[in-house]
Parts: sequence; structure tokens; C-alpha cells
Amino acid sequence: MGVRTLRGKVAVAGIGETTYYKHGKAPDAEFKLALQAILAAAQDAGIDPREIDGFASYSNDRNDPSRIAAALGTRELRFSNMQWGGGGGGGGAAVGNAAAAVATGLADCVVVFRALAQGQFARFGQGPQTKTISGNKAYEAPYGMMSPGQQYAMKVMRFMHEHGVKQEALRAIALASYHHAQANPRAVMHGRPLDEATYDASRWIVEPFHLFDCCMENDGAAALILVSAERAKDLKQKPTYVLASAGGSHHRCGAPSHNDPIYATSNFTTVAPHLYDMAGISARDVDVLQCYENFTGGVLMSLVEHGFFPAEAANDFLKPENLFAKGGKLPLNTSGGNLAECYMHGLELQIEAVRQLRGQSTSQVADVDVSMVVAGPMVTPVSSCIFGSEATL
Amino acid sequence: MSQVNKSYLPEGLPIPAAEPLDEPFWSGLRKNKIRVQRCKACSNWQWGPEWVCHKCHSFDIGWEEIEGKGRIFSWTRMWHPVHPALNGHGAYITVLVEIPHAGNIRMIGNLLGDPMQKVEIGAMVEASFEHHEASDPPFSLLHWKCAA
Ligand SMILES: [Zn+2]
Repeated sequence: MGVRTLRGKVAVAGIGETTYYKHGKAPDAEFKLALQAILAAAQDAGIDPREIDGFASYSNDRNDPSRIAAALGTRELRFSNMQWGGGGGGGGAAVGNAAAAVATGLADCVVVFRALAQGQFARFGQGPQTKTISGNKAYEAPYGMMSPGQQYAMKVMRFMHEHGVKQEALRAIALASYHHAQANPRAVMHGRPLDEATYDASRWIVEPFHLFDCCMENDGAAALILVSAERAKDLKQKPTYVLASAGGSHHRCGAPSHNDPIYATSNFTTVAPHLYDMAGISARDVDVLQCYENFTGGVLMSLVEHGFFPAEAANDFLKPENLFAKGGKLPLNTSGGNLAECYMHGLELQIEAVRQLRGQSTSQVADVDVSMVVAGPMVTPVSSCIFGSEATL
Repeated sequence: MSQVNKSYLPEGLPIPAAEPLDEPFWSGLRKNKIRVQRCKACSNWQWGPEWVCHKCHSFDIGWEEIEGKGRIFSWTRMWHPVHPALNGHGAYITVLVEIPHAGNIRMIGNLLGDPMQKVEIGAMVEASFEHHEASDPPFSLLHWKCAA
């Protein structure tokens, strides 16, 4: 077998998204939102949506590919893929799964999509309201531990303790997202700037997370269309090449009741090296990064585990000005991300990564050749992917 | 080890229902005992419970009572109510306790005492059993308090 890689074989040809709404505020059914995003992505790519022959999603998306294929009248269905587990951690893996299908000939035109309407369905941030609970959740819920934020707070608390990371480092991550959202009219928090004093005065949700350390919950849908690199060259948009995707987690990461042997981790310690190996680049080569903020503490650990700085340098590196699109050492979450653009389960981050390579971001970084996305830290499995310009091939 | 009468959190949160896999743990708490998994073949400690030993793949896993002492591995103070039963209750502390004499397994519980107390990672804690006799069905929880 030759070198096994996705590098340069597949490209994002189209991106699409609906209007982003506050949770429960979408005027449309979730399935309709999914269709709208997919059609928008096809239009962006300049392809007939009937050409789509594959679907990839994650986190048990409720919108079944066979129903979508029937609704859109696609000519045939060849790839119907769900990334197991991990909530938003599956975003990079869904792109990887789609790319793998195209690269290996399982399908020719695969759409990665995610749709959420939390008015129509249940919210993430509330605990189960059943009378009894069993299995793993029984070791947490009776102690008042029910939401993702609560489950991950102790990982971040331990990490901050081990490495002397200060609250200001988390604050910088929140400020960067809000800063970029002010330039982005699509962002739910557009027109709602955040400053240090407002962050400091905001209520605790669960220590060490203030209100502004936690993602929003939103309604909407997003989609990316992947085709072979050759095909992408003939389409409407400048191709965005997939350089790498990696997903998974380390030894016994999913051990029950918080018994993961590493514990104070975003779960990228084994994933990030695979990612860079496939892309053939290192952290130094990344021009712009979208890193999933379920909670700012997850971003902190992800940046360390993807090699952007050692944990001991977090307080120095994580200053807002280092993270801004204009002049920052590591432009981060340039659309506003999950904190301030929209919580589309991180798929909006993949779209922003593509925009940066096309030169279409509302906070455009100069001369982008390598654009990276980190999906869903602290869950398992997690995933990341790297996109590149033609110059990187 | 001690017993508490007034519950740390309000009634109305989901109550634990034992499954075949973890029945010895929950029934142990009813009797002020902490029982965790230990492999009969290789003596590996294991928590939370699983059907197989992750070290040697034996399915012959026993349950061993452990002394209710440990040290705080991590913690958090929770403020935002994530369940209607917690509305208006205020902050409370959850700790992850490492048990050095049982292979450093970790167990979750609340840290009893002042919810605004200063919490130190590494501090020694002792187990405390909270019995919910009036609940249907009755159940018990495992809490922790700072060692005297
Ligand atoms: Zn064993």
C-alpha cells in the first residue's frame, strides 16, 4: 500500500448556511433548515443539488440522509455516514469521513451538514428531568452534575491548577470571539461587544466558567460540499483543499465516572500528531484557526495540545491582541465562533475556515494558505482538520 | 465515616436506579459501605464499573469494600441551575476524589460544608453517606468532607 493520506485529494467546493437564530427562535422546522443549508451550499458550488450522492454528519443529527435525498430528488445515494459520539467533537471527523468517501471512490459529491432547532427539540444545557437515572449518569446527576459545562469544568480546573493558568487567559478567548463577531453581520452577537469589565462582572455558570466562557445554544443549519480536487478546479469557487483530518481520543479516554487516565486534557494528545503528519505541516504553519468553544477552557487545552504554545506559556500567549485577525500571532475564531457567531455545533467554524482561504471572511486574515479547525474539545471522540490553498499542494 | 441527615441538595433531582452492572455499589451505600470493582484474576481496581477488566479482559470481576478516604483530584462550584429542583438553591460544590489505596480510581460526590469554602486540589477528604429513606425507592449517595 502506498502512502495513505487525504492530503490534496478532495476539496470543499461549496458552503451554505441558514440565518442563525437564538435557540428556539427559528421560524422553520429543523429538516427545512437542513435542506436550505444544503441547497445554499450547492448553489455556492455551482452544482445541481441532484448531483449530491453522499451525506455525512455527526452527533446523531436527526435529519436522515434518505429523506433528504428523496426530498431533493438526488439521482442516487451512495454514502450515508454518521460519526458516532462526541457531540460537536465530530465536526472535523465528518469532513474527514466525507473526504475519505470521495478520495476512495465511495461517492463523488458528499455534503457534510448539521441542523439544529432546539425549539422543536430539547436543549443541551439542561439536565434530564426523569425521576430515576441509571448507568454512568447515576454517578453524576444526583450530585447536581448534569450539563456538559459541569462535566468539563473539573477537567479545566485541574489543568489550570497543574499549569498555573489564570482566568485572564480564558477571558482572552471569549474577548477574541466577541471582537470578531462585531464585524460579522451574520453573528447572533453582532452589535453586542464584550469588554474585560463586563466579562469579569458576569455571573459564574460553573467555576471556572463565567457566562461568557460558555457557548450559546442556537437554531440553524450549515453545510459543506466536498468533491474531488480535479472536479473542484472546474467549479465556481476557488477550491479549498483538505490537507488532513484526524479524529479519536487517547487510551481509555472514555473511562467511566471521570477515570480517564490523563483527565486534564482536551483529548487531542494523540489526535493532533496524526493531523499534522497527514497535512505535512506543523503548528507554526497555521495562518488562522477556528477552535470550537463549547467552553473557553477547552480552547485553552486544545491550543496547547495542537502545539501552539506550551501550557506554561498560556498566560503570556492568551492576550486578546494575539488572537485578533488583524495583526494577531494566532487569529482565532474569526467569525465569532460558538460564543458569538452561532452554535451550529461547530460546522460554522468549518465554513469560516473555508472563507478565510477564499478571502471572504468579515475578519479576513492576510495571505491565508493554511486554515485549521478544531472540533469539540473534551468530548470523545474529538477531531480536527486542516484546509489549504492550492499553494500548499 | 459519617452519616448526614439533611440532604446536601434539594429533593427532586433524578435518583439513582441500580442496574445489574452496578447493583453492589448502590446497595453498599445503603449500608455505609463503598464497594468498587476489583478484578479477581489480576487484582486491577476499576471504576466506574464495566463488565470486563480493562487490564486482563477477565469477566470475573469482584467487588471490594474500600476505606472512605481520598484526596481531591479536581472540583468545581456550580452556580447555574441545570434542573428545576435547583432553582433558587444557590451554589454547591462537586469534587472528584482520588482513592490512593484503590489504584487511584476517582469517584464523584458533593463536598459537604460551606458552599463558599476554599477548596484545595490535593486536600484529604473523608466519605459521608447521605440516606434518602423517604424516597421511593430509598437510595443513598456518597459525599465527601474535608478531613479533620
Ligand atoms: Zn484483570
